[in-house]
Amino acid sequence: MSRTHLIRLTVNRVPRQVEVTPRHMLLDLLRDDLGLTGTKACCLVGECGACTVSLDGRIVNSCLVLAVEADGAEVTTIEGLATDGHLTRLQQAFLDEGAVQCGYCTPGQVMAARDLLAHNPHPTTAEIREGLAGNLCRCSCYAQIIAAVSAAAAEEEK
Amino acid sequence: MNGPVGTSAERVDGPARVSGGYRYLGDIRLPDVLHAKLVTLDCARARIRSIDASAARRVPGVVQVLTAADLPQPVPRFGPQFRDRPVLAVAETKYHGEPVAAVAAETLAAAEDAARLIRVEYEELPAVCTIAAALAQGAPLVQDPALRLGDPLANTNVLQEHRYAWGDTETAASDLIVAGTYTFPMVTHFAIERHGCIAARDGDGITIWSTIQHPFWLQRTIAELLSLPLAKVRVVAPDPGGGFGGKQHAKYEPLVAFMAMRAGRPVRLILTLEETFQAVRRTSAQVRVRTGFRADGAITFREVDADYLLGAYADIADRLVSKGSYVSCGPYRIPAARIVARSILSHTLPSTAFRGFGAPQPLWASESNMDEAARALGIDPVELRLRNLARRGEQFIPGDTPADGAWEQTVRKAAELVGWGTPVPAGRGRGIAVGIKPGPTTGLSYATVRLLADGSVVMSSGTSDMGQGARTVYVQIAAEELGVPMDRITLLMGDTAVVCYDQQTSASRSTVLMGNAITYACREVQAQLRTMAARHCQVDESAIEVARGVVRLPDRQIPIGEFVRLGLGRLGGEVIGIGESRKEHVPGHPLSGSPVFFEFNCTAVDAEVDAETGDILLVRHVTVSDVGKAINPMQVRGQDEGAAIQGLGHTLMEQYILDESGRISNLGALDYRIPTSMDLPLQLCSDVVENADGPGPYGAKGMSEGALLCVAPAVAAAVTDATGAVIRDLPLTAERVWRALSTPAADSSPTATATAAADEQRRCADGT
Ligand code: FES
Ligand code: FES
Repeated sequence: MSRTHLIRLTVNRVPRQVEVTPRHMLLDLLRDDLGLTGTKACCLVGECGACTVSLDGRIVNSCLVLAVEADGAEVTTIEGLATDGHLTRLQQAFLDEGAVQCGYCTPGQVMAARDLLAHNPHPTTAEIREGLAGNLCRCSCYAQIIAAVSAAAAEEEK
Repeated sequence: MNGPVGTSAERVDGPARVSGGYRYLGDIRLPDVLHAKLVTLDCARARIRSIDASAARRVPGVVQVLTAADLPQPVPRFGPQFRDRPVLAVAETKYHGEPVAAVAAETLAAAEDAARLIRVEYEELPAVCTIAAALAQGAPLVQDPALRLGDPLANTNVLQEHRYAWGDTETAASDLIVAGTYTFPMVTHFAIERHGCIAARDGDGITIWSTIQHPFWLQRTIAELLSLPLAKVRVVAPDPGGGFGGKQHAKYEPLVAFMAMRAGRPVRLILTLEETFQAVRRTSAQVRVRTGFRADGAITFREVDADYLLGAYADIADRLVSKGSYVSCGPYRIPAARIVARSILSHTLPSTAFRGFGAPQPLWASESNMDEAARALGIDPVELRLRNLARRGEQFIPGDTPADGAWEQTVRKAAELVGWGTPVPAGRGRGIAVGIKPGPTTGLSYATVRLLADGSVVMSSGTSDMGQGARTVYVQIAAEELGVPMDRITLLMGDTAVVCYDQQTSASRSTVLMGNAITYACREVQAQLRTMAARHCQVDESAIEVARGVVRLPDRQIPIGEFVRLGLGRLGGEVIGIGESRKEHVPGHPLSGSPVFFEFNCTAVDAEVDAETGDILLVRHVTVSDVGKAINPMQVRGQDEGAAIQGLGHTLMEQYILDESGRISNLGALDYRIPTSMDLPLQLCSDVVENADGPGPYGAKGMSEGALLCVAPAVAAAVTDATGAVIRDLPLTAERVWRALSTPAADSSPTATATAAADEQRRCADGT
């Protein structure tokens, strides 16, 4: 068995300590060690975006980040968005616009869209398309996802 | 209607899905679970000489290495149509990715390490991976004839041949005959949730958790393989994270079941995306269409020869060959037809159901053929279709379910939405095509609806909601029928120990067949309430009506939710309704049953072709489906638009690439591209035709596959319109389009004779 490292990080505002092996990915840490299964796994090579989380304020494919690299980091996952069971505007917009079919890509889409809006609060449709190009949806509700992001941005303005 | 039917109600379970709370298969954690890893060979076909697992067994944490020799002998086989697939490869692997062994260990890392240490000595054998190779004289047989006893085709690679014919195609008098051969690529489902399953001994039986679409079918398969009563096999099927047909039937559940029984501990197998690519694909095809026309555009006859390339095991693919080719003459009034469809075995991964179930392949050919004919005849493509389209009630396939919609309305709407007939700038073109697919031909669905003492409802259904939105639709129907708010209804699904039997979730059946079962269950509850009301209020039953949420007495009306409390009395309890919806099979019918409905769609596109690069830009993509009644318009739209984009995958970019030896060279997300947000047409425009003329609740028809059926021929027609190039092979990659533009093909002017000759040449030269 390989050596393990103790890492400390903050996940969804809660400080955590986890023993990880050097080949452990942040995705495994979240799903397997912390039981935060909202973050999804698919391609494991950084191509689908299902595993998108926020790491120190920027989004990453958690399947590509070694767990040890997240030592000391602040991580936000899909579970960390709603407060007291209240969905964020963006999450609600996904439901209102019909942007959730099977829902498997949804956590990644929401995390990527949240990041997009944080950096560009009033994106054009073209900017949303581009911003979410790394998040695959095989149910192909791209039109609805884009509408949801636009709607959330518009509502933010009110 | 003033209830939720017909409204875009929010997805049931939606909040859990947008906040990471919904538990999919991979999110289930069982104590003491072992992790499994498959062992495969890096070639298409090989004779296995020996398997040495000694090093693998020494890896710390390894608990089990299973090879075919460890299974009951002869190694059990299974399959939805033919029992042809062994639990593990026996003596020979027959496709790239077929497992020869599996490891179970305390951690996934240990299982992976051990799997790499298994030494398999094997001899690579020649593989047949194309239609031509499989049909060649002296081609190696994919399946052992001993497995096909009594089958006259057992000594060939043709698994089955399906023939449908009516009228006399030989004597039909035509002014023009248009013929061509078209190819449809191997593509994969690529559900974002990878396939997986967990199995665990459960008392004197077994429980299987799986991403399966058909839990009850899986239950039967496992019961047979393990010689257990159905009652001792429990299948738990969380909502799949996308299925599209790929998750209909057992793949590795039998293997994992044997592993778990042997280990006495739960065993979990989650395929990698690469392994999922090696588990499911769409059936590729080569389809030749020959159609006769009168000068006025009326079709005189049509001949279709459809060769579908299956994998090494049939899975459900032969069924889709028979069902898909059955409608290969399209929704047209055709006096004479001859259809021959063949299911051809090959050393490729087993193909299976995929949205459209065998219909997109021949439709690609026959609708492209219509477009070529329109050009040759000088008739507008919309006009040509309208002229031949079967009218409502017309038996366009003699003796079968007649045309069940005002299909011309759908075509007119699509043409209007794409701006058909208005001028387009140079380099742009428009194309239109229609799609048809037979709905389910048999069915059996049970539903239970329990109205509880406080007026809330618990209902159950064996349907799988893999994103199509069945949960929401069912809750809407029950809410409408019983007048109960949607948020006071709990719907149980996905557990054979809890819900009643449902045959399967496929063929866009669920809104119709299960929807009816739920309606019947609600009606039974209503009937009991009526009896209760008569007793309680001392009124004759005939004077009471219970419908749409209210109990109507001669002098007043009481909401059901209020009445049930009174009616049940002091002991409380509940009112239980059971609904059964059946579609019997029809003896002697070529599909063993007539379709319950047809899915009908018209797709029209406006596309720009970059002459320099061959890139196709979809300026506008219009998709119109005849849905009878949209129970939830937002979900209907999502299904149609999603299917449309998914259809752009095989149309523009997707295909497996096999090397000469039959290895797949583009496994996984890095090398196999599917549509992303960047591939969305500039304008995506969907609409529906609702005439409430379907057999489902409130006149609904099945939908959700329709909008994928004819994407390819519509886009190809637009490319021809824009550039003059006729392309008969998918996908329409930039390179292929560019080549077609730079080398004007001899067959791009579709006169009858020229086309036929060029076509014959192609037939000989073609691979797939
Ligand atoms: S799983 Fe990380 S990008 Fe696909
Ligand atoms: S909603 Fe199913 S993959 Fe996006």
